[in-house]
Amino acid sequence: MSLKVPTDALELQTALQLLAQAGRDLPAGVEPGSAQWMQALIDNLCDLSSRDALTGLANRRQFEVTLSREVDRVARSGEPALVLMADIDNFKIVNDNHGHPAGDQVIKSVAATLLECVRPMDTVARFGGEEFMIILPNCPPAFGHVVAERIRAQIERQPVAVAPGHDVSATISIGGAFAPPWVRSSPLIWVERADRQLYRAKTAGRNRVCLEHAEVYQVSAEEKSMLFGLHSSQEIE
Amino acid sequence: MTERKEPSARAAAPRLARTLAVTSGKGGVGKTLVSANLAASLARRGQRVLVLDADLGLANLDVVLNLHSKVTLHDVFNGKAELESAILSAPGGFSVLLAGSGLVEYSRLTNDVREQLLGIVEKLKPHFDFILLDTGAGISDVVLFAVSLASEVLVVATPEPTSLTDAYATIKVLATQQDRRLIKLVVNQIARAGEGRAIRGQLQQVIDRYVLPALPTGASLKLELLGEVLSDPAVREAVLKRQLIVEAMPGCPAAVAIGALAARLLA
Repeated sequence: MSLKVPTDALELQTALQLLAQAGRDLPAGVEPGSAQWMQALIDNLCDLSSRDALTGLANRRQFEVTLSREVDRVARSGEPALVLMADIDNFKIVNDNHGHPAGDQVIKSVAATLLECVRPMDTVARFGGEEFMIILPNCPPAFGHVVAERIRAQIERQPVAVAPGHDVSATISIGGAFAPPWVRSSPLIWVERADRQLYRAKTAGRNRVCLEHAEVYQVSAEEKSMLFGLHSSQEIE
Repeated sequence: MTERKEPSARAAAPRLARTLAVTSGKGGVGKTLVSANLAASLARRGQRVLVLDADLGLANLDVVLNLHSKVTLHDVFNGKAELESAILSAPGGFSVLLAGSGLVEYSRLTNDVREQLLGIVEKLKPHFDFILLDTGAGISDVVLFAVSLASEVLVVATPEPTSLTDAYATIKVLATQQDRRLIKLVVNQIARAGEGRAIRGQLQQVIDRYVLPALPTGASLKLELLGEVLSDPAVREAVLKRQLIVEAMPGCPAAVAIGALAARLLA
């Protein structure tokens, strides 16, 4: 018991330091240690633990929570949803030529542009390094292509100031996959499918969008009629 | 010089089982029946065969084979049992690994389950000549994952329109998602000889027209007819008695046809 109290106090101190460092102030005029103060502390810590420190986007942990919720939602509602995976092209060259602070600048700028290009209901996350994920709930295929292309074009158009008077241009490659509406997928496989499309975009020359054909999961009327042409023609034979 | 070395190098590496996923798109087309009887036919030809319930607890393998298992894959994953103790001997002279219920809650595939299943298949490969993965119906992610564990895929379909549509959808997804370039087909419950061949031809035409454009340029997708199985009243009889047709009525047309599938697989 006597040992536990100082440890707790120490952790509280660490938490407060973390929040101060992140520029988050607890509400003024609230009694430290009160229930309201503790609640504000917890809320701030939760928010902090779900964000990427460099960009302020959702971090990977938050992305995974949101994605698995989306998987559940799609399975119930049957609404189309899209996951995009974006990766900054030739990022290593930016780092090598201009240094890591410049690389960070590019990542921050791309993150901000991604956020501007999507709806408030969409989730933009930093997945790791120069890789980003975007979850677009309720996103029909036609809209998905438009939004992915808009994002790509906007990044290409937007120069990044890495030093006073020194701009670099960045491009991204985007891969995307729709949630198959009739099946409870898994977050893991959904991401893998988007990743495969990103790989396609990269190998096709970068700075482009590759989305998995949404039609892959459906059998069209044309396909069906060709399939069943069999029975009528066979009867004649 | 190199040619002389090769045999010894080959002998040093253990022979690994061929892995074949048996899937269908639609349920009720005889997928488990084909898996079990194919396994028995392969066993009769001297192959060491394991059938893995890759439907993760929802398969009917235990029902078809009249098997009961106290120890399942679920127990192995939980560390409650050794893998060896979960492997059962089935009547047809092959081995069976049942998943047990509760393996995948709400048919959701977690990374954990994936890793474990992958590990188990790898661990079993040196001990068998064939591992058949009996997958679930539909094209859920569990089915797709189970199929991805195998290097060869066999799609079972019947001439029924719904079965053909679902088989086609499965083939399409496997070609585009898993880069499958060769898929084996068994047409079950045909009314007359040659119907399976006609169906394969028809499916191949639709594939060439509608699936090829979605594949990388130059890629092809070949549907290989492994065989066709005539609709046979003996099958119903054997199923009701929970017997393998190749064991109980080896002379009936369906049993002969399934024996031919095994021969073709080994050819």
